[in-house]
Amino acid sequence: MAILVVAEHNNIELKDATHKTVTAALAMGDTVDILVAGKEAGNVVTSASKISGVRKVISCDHETLTRQLAESMENIIVPLMSDYDAILAADTTTHKNYMPRIAAKLDVQQVSSITGVISHDTFIRPIYAGNAMATVQSSDTKKVVTVRTTAFAPAAEAGSASIEKLDGPQEAFKSEYLGEELSKSDRPELTAAKIVISGGRGMGSGENFKLLEGIADKLGAAMGASRAAVDAGFVPNDWQVGQTGKAVAPDLYIAVGISGAIQHLAGMKDSKVIAAVNKDEDAPIFQVADYGLVADLFKALPELEEELNKAGY
Amino acid sequence: MKVIVPVKRVLDYNVKARVKSDQSGVDLANVKMSMNPFDEISIEQAVKLKESGTASETVVVSIGPAKAQETIRTGLAMGIDRGIHVQTDEDLEPLAIAKILQSICKDESPDLVILGKQAIDNDYGATGGMLAALMNWPIASAANSMEQSGSELTVVKEVDGGLQTVKLQTPAVITTDLRLNEPRYASLPNIMKAKKKPIDAKTPSDLGVDTAPRLKTIKVTEPEARKSGIKVEDTAQLVDKLKNEAGVI
Ligand SMILES: Cc1cc2nc3c(=O)[nH]c(=O)nc-3n(C[C@H](O)[C@H](O)[C@H](O)COP(=O)(O)OP(=O)(O)OC[C@H]3O[C@@H](n4cnc5c(N)ncnc54)[C@H](O)[C@@H]3O)c2cc1C
Ligand SMILES: Nc1ncnc2c1ncn2[C@@H]1O[C@H](COP(=O)(O)O)[C@@H](O)[C@H]1O
Repeated sequence: MAILVVAEHNNIELKDATHKTVTAALAMGDTVDILVAGKEAGNVVTSASKISGVRKVISCDHETLTRQLAESMENIIVPLMSDYDAILAADTTTHKNYMPRIAAKLDVQQVSSITGVISHDTFIRPIYAGNAMATVQSSDTKKVVTVRTTAFAPAAEAGSASIEKLDGPQEAFKSEYLGEELSKSDRPELTAAKIVISGGRGMGSGENFKLLEGIADKLGAAMGASRAAVDAGFVPNDWQVGQTGKAVAPDLYIAVGISGAIQHLAGMKDSKVIAAVNKDEDAPIFQVADYGLVADLFKALPELEEELNKAGY
Repeated sequence: MKVIVPVKRVLDYNVKARVKSDQSGVDLANVKMSMNPFDEISIEQAVKLKESGTASETVVVSIGPAKAQETIRTGLAMGIDRGIHVQTDEDLEPLAIAKILQSICKDESPDLVILGKQAIDNDYGATGGMLAALMNWPIASAANSMEQSGSELTVVKEVDGGLQTVKLQTPAVITTDLRLNEPRYASLPNIMKAKKKPIDAKTPSDLGVDTAPRLKTIKVTEPEARKSGIKVEDTAQLVDKLKNEAGVI
């Protein structure tokens, strides 16, 4: 079967989520092409052509694709789909915005946020905040699938796919991208980091997140948060881990001052190792933690940083 | 401006879902059900638009069993003008829901439809995008704030890297994110008043929509359980375990 994977990128860099989506696609069938829809994203196209197992890269460059507006994506993807049996994209906010649109135009039920591929038409996906895993089989002739990338290993970069150009949309749309305000950070990206350290309401203030920063610096960790910490304005919205925030699955997840609500666990319980610091020994987070420390975080965090110092970090 | 708000009755967000032993799905017998939390945010937004004079009429729609009427009443008690109940005992997929909503939109000609970004039971996050497609309307998903001027909506959306601003021409679809507003509680007088507000009853076949499922659920299982962990004495032991036992730092 022929599968189209839509690249995740910011016009400058191809994101790892693309490589992971390619892995999911290759589990469904062996003919995989990548669509790079963007604006002046030449570098991204070159990177995509190196992903192993990819046949060709389709490059579409257009103003309205700068941030992959839903109407514009529909305009270029729907005609392309006559050549494909399936379309896959990472379940990031970019793709979540237009993939259902493609599905409806093709009269297909989207299979959202899969964590496993059983066969070309059968998938595993978490439901109810990950408290249940559904195995579903799609009877639609074309499959529209979004991929929970934390569940798939990235495809290697040893390929040399051909590159083909596609014309951008000719018409005017009823939506327009005006601008963005992105949080800047030198830390690794939350969904791709090997270690994540997150703070919750227990942190008390945004200022107190500095206590986590020292530790994150030493471990090369990304920083995350619970919804309560985001809602309280301690940290930006894009730090939220959980059912309705980001799903992460690092080697190590450290939860500090987070109670462990169902919705938070949904986003981090697939981490390899979980450590938790909480002053309440009955906090639900301890039910999923491999290592739990019952302590006041204001005492424990400076100590932890000191212990890491001693251990040579 | 006329605003339609589709709402879903789901397992309450505080209740942990239990998988049925025959693996056919999640046990919904005798558990607390509530309005999908994102839909409460949509209702609040619509009521605010009405209160500020931007919206002239607000309509809440729910597709589901007889009990979905309770969810509609909740919306009416929060301040929505009237309800539409499309009755079905099946848990329909987003494509079918979107087609039903399309039929309602053709009838009602709203300027804005506000949906939740996802229903917290099936976690599809698809209905809003599908409805926008079927109507050929623009969409902004995961709205963090919105402003209207004439037939233009400026929406700030939550995206993975931060916030993004888009402009839409109405009629349009938006889906709500958690920080758009704080839903109000319905007051007792408003709950009483809501009992008198009209709810129009329909069925999917009245609307001529084919709701046959496209996905077959083969099985629903418990997620793999994590093995139970230990409590460490102090930070020194924590660092030692992470380094020498787990080998993750
Ligand atoms: C529709 C919906 C979607 C949601 N999506 C998400 C989501 O994606 N992600 C998410 O995280 N939440 C989400 N939530 C919210 C979730 O239900 C919880 O409210 C939230 O996760 C709680 O955050 P918290 O653990 O930081 O706060 P709390 O539950 O208030 O916990 C704070 C913890 O800090 C501890 N603490 C306090 N002071 C100290 C101290 N000095 N030292 C040590 N420990 C201390 C306390 O013992 C407590 O356990 C969602 C809710 C809804 C309704
Ligand atoms: N049965 C339903 N009745 C009315 N609205 C619904 C229904 N199911 C989903 N929706 C709307 O679609 C949104 C997203 O749902 P979903 O695509 O299932 O995640 C919800 O927040 C509701 O606004």
